[in-house]
Amino acid sequence: MGRGRAEATVPVSEPGRWSPRHLPRTLPLWRGQEMAGLLFVLPAALLVGGLVAYPFFYALGLSLTSKQAGVVGQFVGLRNFTDLMQGEIFRRTVRNSLLFTGVAVAFKTVLGLGLALLLRRASVGRRALRGMILLPWVVPSTLSVLGWWWLFDPLNGVVNLALGKLGLISERIPWLSDPFWAMVAVITVNIWRGLPFFAISFLAGLVSIPEELYEAAQIDGAGKVACFSRITVPLLRPVLGVIVLYSIIMTVSDFNIVYVLTRGGPMNSTHLFATFAYEMGLASADIGKGAAISLFIFPFLAAVAYLQLRITRGATR
Amino acid sequence: MTMVRRRLGSVGAFLGLLPYLGFALFPFYWMLLTSLRRNAEIYDVTNLSFLVQKGATLQHYVFLLTGTQFPAWFWNSLLVSVVATAISVVISTAAAYGLVRLPFRGSSFFSIGIFVTYLVPPTLLFIPLFRVVTALGLSDSRLSLIVTYPTFVVPFCTWLLMSYFATIPKELEECAIVDGATRAQVLLKIVLPVALPGVVTATLFSFTLAWGEFIYALTFIASGTHKTLTAGTVAELIRGDVFHWGPLMAGALLASVPVVIAYGFLMDYYVSGLVAGATKY
Repeated sequence: MGRGRAEATVPVSEPGRWSPRHLPRTLPLWRGQEMAGLLFVLPAALLVGGLVAYPFFYALGLSLTSKQAGVVGQFVGLRNFTDLMQGEIFRRTVRNSLLFTGVAVAFKTVLGLGLALLLRRASVGRRALRGMILLPWVVPSTLSVLGWWWLFDPLNGVVNLALGKLGLISERIPWLSDPFWAMVAVITVNIWRGLPFFAISFLAGLVSIPEELYEAAQIDGAGKVACFSRITVPLLRPVLGVIVLYSIIMTVSDFNIVYVLTRGGPMNSTHLFATFAYEMGLASADIGKGAAISLFIFPFLAAVAYLQLRITRGATR
Repeated sequence: MTMVRRRLGSVGAFLGLLPYLGFALFPFYWMLLTSLRRNAEIYDVTNLSFLVQKGATLQHYVFLLTGTQFPAWFWNSLLVSVVATAISVVISTAAAYGLVRLPFRGSSFFSIGIFVTYLVPPTLLFIPLFRVVTALGLSDSRLSLIVTYPTFVVPFCTWLLMSYFATIPKELEECAIVDGATRAQVLLKIVLPVALPGVVTATLFSFTLAWGEFIYALTFIASGTHKTLTAGTVAELIRGDVFHWGPLMAGALLASVPVVIAYGFLMDYYVSGLVAGATKY
């Protein structure tokens, strides 16, 4: 590598070894393709290595220590993990994460597919429709969730006011201050936020299915249900898989919605991994435990990455 | 006949979409309404109306812009997002080109690495990154965000641009190389102009991701004047038990304006970027 650089900067010093054709025209990129490829990729590699891979291993290390802010940590083996598993709050966090992810992703998938089917049929004003539908996904979630927070305000919030005026409730629902309703609220907001992404991605998948398939099926006497289950679903499956998997990792790692709406409360009943890790690692300054909690997101990441790569390979083979 | 049926189907689909549109857009409408109402109307629990009835006011916006650090946060967000985006797009463009056109030993391994990194959520690494940032002497500075935002932007943009670069015919570049152009010239003068939609999409997404980022900004930055809009609005505008809903809603809306404007002008790029992940398989 060093030799290549020297030759490039003083190309005439070794004229015998170079035919004029090999004279580098600019910087030393042109010894060969391998070298060039490496140089192009190097900045990204340094970034990912230094600020993603290294912090990941650093987190693994921290999670095995009793590190607290301002205090030198001791190696404690897996004690952080065993302590967490025995704690009621963490167990609740695990259950919450699974519930939050399972329910939200299921709703987003089913409703997203429904929306995509409707959007495909809507031929007028498609652009305007798409523009409006995507808005919840475009606006930074921290900011839009502030709006939801106000909507769910128990006293002045419009949700309770409207439900009361409609006569659907006799007393105010304690959104955000009751564990059950708080969970309903954070899941609702996650669905609201993620649905546009599902709908538009599924729509792209639907549009790529050739119209002739449906026409041929109709000639063969297939009904709407048969068309949907025999053509739409199988051909949409790769897109469906990719979007659902991507959403699982993004939903299970969510921070903004729970942090803004409930801060994990009431009484730590709505924590997800990320908010509990923040609470433990920063608010309580127990860095070792905080790092350990964050790492529970990793198995989801690993599983999703593995399955996504399998889908990709299956499709390109 | 089919024409008529299609029209009817379209109307039916539109009617079916209406309830969803209400669900999707109502929060924004209500935020706008709150930001324009006087306090007496905001806190009137007896009266439910969907219009401003007792006179619209800009007092919440005036308070936000003169009585809080909102303008400073706005500037911080702009600075951090623009610089992080510029850095990220350059790094991603180079990496994507290298991976697609100049394969080297281990480049397929690196492609997979980029893909896996693209799936890494920021919440997985914010604690160790905070310590790295502190060790580098960057804590409580906007530089800490400029340095860390590319970690989640670059993998996404590289992945996105790889799919754009892969569609450009190789022959185009080979002709130029035969004519004596260097790889760098090929990238700048031939590939980039053809892949411009991809680069615009990558830029738009970088900016949106950086502008909306929350947990790093919340964690790395302590002092109010260095905060970005997301962290500032949530952490500084909410004080005590009495919420100032008027300024808070005004702030949330104003802070969203730049990304919504960018999105409004470049919606097609946005959609193509959104579905790139879904359709390239």
